[in-house]
Amino acid sequence: MDTSFAPEDLAFRDEVRAFFAEAYDSELQARLNNLETFKEAVIDWQKRLYKKGWIAPGWPKEYGGTGWNATQKFIYETERSAAGIRDVIPFGLNMVGPVIYAFGNEEQKARFLPGILQSDDWWCQGYSEPGAGSDLASLKTRAVREGDEYVVTGAKIWTSYAQYADWIFCLVRTSNEGKKQNGISFLLIDMKSPGIKVNPIVSIDNHHSLNEVEFNEVRVPVANLIGEQDKGWTYAKALLAHERTAIAGVADSKRSLAETRAFAEREVNGGKSLLSDPLFQKRLSDIEIELMALEFTELRVLATVAAGGAPGAESSMLKIKGTEMQQAVQELRMEVAAYYQGVLPNDLTPEQLGHDFGSQARQTYMYGRASTIYGGSNEVQKNIIAKAVLGL
Amino acid sequence: MNFEFTEEQGMLRDSVARFVQDSYDFDTRCKIAASDEGMSRENWQTFAELGWLSVPFAESHGGFGGGPVDTMVMMEEFGKGIVLEPYLATVLLFGGLLQRGGSVEQQAELIPRIIEGSCLGAFAYLERQSRHAITDIKTTAAVEGDQLVLNGEKVVVFNGASADQLIVAARSSGEQSDEDGITLVLVPADAAGVERTAYRMMDGQVVANITFTDVRVPVADIVGEAGEGYAVMSPVITRANVALAAEALGIMGQLNAKTLEYTKTRKQFDVPIGSFQALQHRMVDTFMAYEQVKSLLYRAVCELDGEGDDTAACVHALKVLVDRNGKKIFGEAIQLHGGMGITDELDIGHYAKRLMMINTTFGNGDYHQAKFNELRYSA
Ligand SMILES: Cc1cc2nc3c(=O)[nH]c(=O)nc-3n(C[C@H](O)[C@H](O)[C@H](O)COP(=O)(O)OP(=O)(O)OC[C@H]3O[C@@H](n4cnc5c(N)ncnc54)[C@H](O)[C@@H]3O)c2cc1C
Ligand SMILES: Cc1cc2nc3c(=O)[nH]c(=O)nc-3n(C[C@H](O)[C@H](O)[C@H](O)COP(=O)(O)OP(=O)(O)OC[C@H]3O[C@@H](n4cnc5c(N)ncnc54)[C@H](O)[C@@H]3O)c2cc1C
Repeated sequence: MDTSFAPEDLAFRDEVRAFFAEAYDSELQARLNNLETFKEAVIDWQKRLYKKGWIAPGWPKEYGGTGWNATQKFIYETERSAAGIRDVIPFGLNMVGPVIYAFGNEEQKARFLPGILQSDDWWCQGYSEPGAGSDLASLKTRAVREGDEYVVTGAKIWTSYAQYADWIFCLVRTSNEGKKQNGISFLLIDMKSPGIKVNPIVSIDNHHSLNEVEFNEVRVPVANLIGEQDKGWTYAKALLAHERTAIAGVADSKRSLAETRAFAEREVNGGKSLLSDPLFQKRLSDIEIELMALEFTELRVLATVAAGGAPGAESSMLKIKGTEMQQAVQELRMEVAAYYQGVLPNDLTPEQLGHDFGSQARQTYMYGRASTIYGGSNEVQKNIIAKAVLGL
Repeated sequence: MNFEFTEEQGMLRDSVARFVQDSYDFDTRCKIAASDEGMSRENWQTFAELGWLSVPFAESHGGFGGGPVDTMVMMEEFGKGIVLEPYLATVLLFGGLLQRGGSVEQQAELIPRIIEGSCLGAFAYLERQSRHAITDIKTTAAVEGDQLVLNGEKVVVFNGASADQLIVAARSSGEQSDEDGITLVLVPADAAGVERTAYRMMDGQVVANITFTDVRVPVADIVGEAGEGYAVMSPVITRANVALAAEALGIMGQLNAKTLEYTKTRKQFDVPIGSFQALQHRMVDTFMAYEQVKSLLYRAVCELDGEGDDTAACVHALKVLVDRNGKKIFGEAIQLHGGMGITDELDIGHYAKRLMMINTTFGNGDYHQAKFNELRYSA
């Protein structure tokens, strides 16, 4: 049992810190915070990480990963959060990339991995359908083989950032025989293909990141099929475990809690700092205590993975607790903002308005309601733990 | 023991319910929310014609002479439709202050105008530093001869952008957070030196920050006694908190009903999601959370109606439970709707946002819990 850092770990930490301090400059931050320039700023930032060689810490070294050990990955994540840097857009780097290097053929690896690593291709995830959410295997979008092509017809929904995407990775139905999990295939589809239509969905935070994607007899080369036809469910499941570990976000929650604490400290409540209010202190420490535990839960899972184990049902636990904590921090920040939590974006300066974080707190809180729904809802994760861990 | 409404109260409730049903569907509500004023003046005239604007006022001013029960039944129905028109700001706050503290002349001039729908009002009480403490007031009111000179700023004034008349809580003496020394002043919204900056809140209402620069009004426009505004505003705010709880109850009922309905129709794994026990128990919890708020609301209303001696504790308790159970109810409503619950297109999120705003109005749950503790347990 030892979690202290060795001298070389500390040196690594300093290197990461120095890089972030220089590369994540204020000009870039401004562009990231502006919806108009968001997409190109994300690409710009991810290209800087690529040049540094740090774009894909989770990937094996042979495919462009960093070759870091678990401690280094942990340090990197912690420093990223501490610097207030958002994680990379996950769809290419954390989702389809690993599926391609694990299950794709050599030609597919050569064709798609560079575009993912260099952020030249923006990917989106086409899993969910109007009738297939938690029960993903009941999906109906069908792909019918005609010669060297699949003809795809159906609709996907809740597709994040489809409006920016060059490519979509889809689960499609290629067979209705047997168990519903069996007739599913994993297909990569060019978003410029004729017959694709993207319809925006405005979410509860008043922003547009979600979409419905319609497929009307879209022709997809058979070369874009990953692995074997009808075996896509296996590949997708491997990916889901990856996705869940990524959503815990303990480091981000810690940073966000520290910021919230700072906001509370300068807020005056009945003549004193809000931070000195016993009821507020209890809310704050309730969260901090859970996060202290979760940080070590995450480390334990990372250690298992580093020792060659697979993140199984543990990733479900990280997802549940991680998202619960994210929401708790978001809610606390709303309490600190008091009535200013209600302010919608406007043209007023913080000086005119009399407040500087209410609108942002609202946006994060409202969108944050989704974290317990996407990536497999927390109810579904609990079902998984009940079955796989507790044997119920 | 009797929890039935009188025939009159039942009629009042039905009349608001019918309006919401027939004229305030969700699409209409969204259009009103997106309009410049964030409310409909046409609806306001309808409210006047239906007599709703007269409900809490004394019969001597042309009012209906209603009590807290009448306000409660109306507010609950307004909640069901997330009605945007400024009933709270104009009738319950602005009108309530006049009714309680206004001079005979002020009442005779303004209350009939409120009732006929020709005067919109607002109560400017919050300041940027005041958080939930309504006595934390820096805006000054200084006497110069027979005039009062106002300087300072009020923020997040409900209906502040549309109001014709304001009642401003200003400080004429004492320290920044004293109860003594607060003076309530009637100020026409178009008076020289009044400047309004409007902006929108997530529940659709348009609010304003209002600055006062050497605004001069006659001393006769003080509402109540100079320096003794707290005694006028405190009971009005207590009643407003009960009215807001009634509105919240209407919202919670809608959220529960809509979520229950959804879980009966939405199918996953070939069965309605409502058949999963994990979800059933949570809906039982939100059902009970609603019933508990209703009970505490009735308790507070009975206290108010009977001028009971436990009113303050009851109302603090009520706001605590509205905050806590409201969050639970809207949280579950969004969660059980899955992706649908995250869309702006569905009404669920809009009910949630109004509940959130109610929770921040006149003190959040923690504020009221601290007050409750002070009342009950301080040595
Ligand atoms: C912001 C956001 C972004 C998203 N991004 C993407 C994306 O990029 N690509 C993509 O493919 N999908 C995406 N999704 C979709 C997401 O994966 C689904 O919303 C999720 O799987 C839930 O499905 P559903 O919305 O149909 O809800 P439903 O499955 O209908 O669930 C409704 C409720 O029932 C509960 N429930 C369902 N089954 C059970 C059960 N057996 N036991 C107990 N409770 C149950 C759920 O937990 C939920 O509370 C996104 C969703 C959101 C909200
Ligand atoms: C102090 C005490 C006094 C009692 N007095 C009397 C008495 O005077 N006369 C008498 O006849 N009996 C009496 N009982 C018995 C009591 O009614 C039973 O204990 C009770 O009905 C539960 O049955 P069980 O103990 O067999 O638990 P079980 O029924 O085996 O339940 C075990 C657990 O499973 C849960 N559970 C069971 N079914 C479900 C379900 N469908 N969904 C979700 N959860 C479920 C239960 O809630 C419980 O938590 C008494 C019990 C106690 C503890």
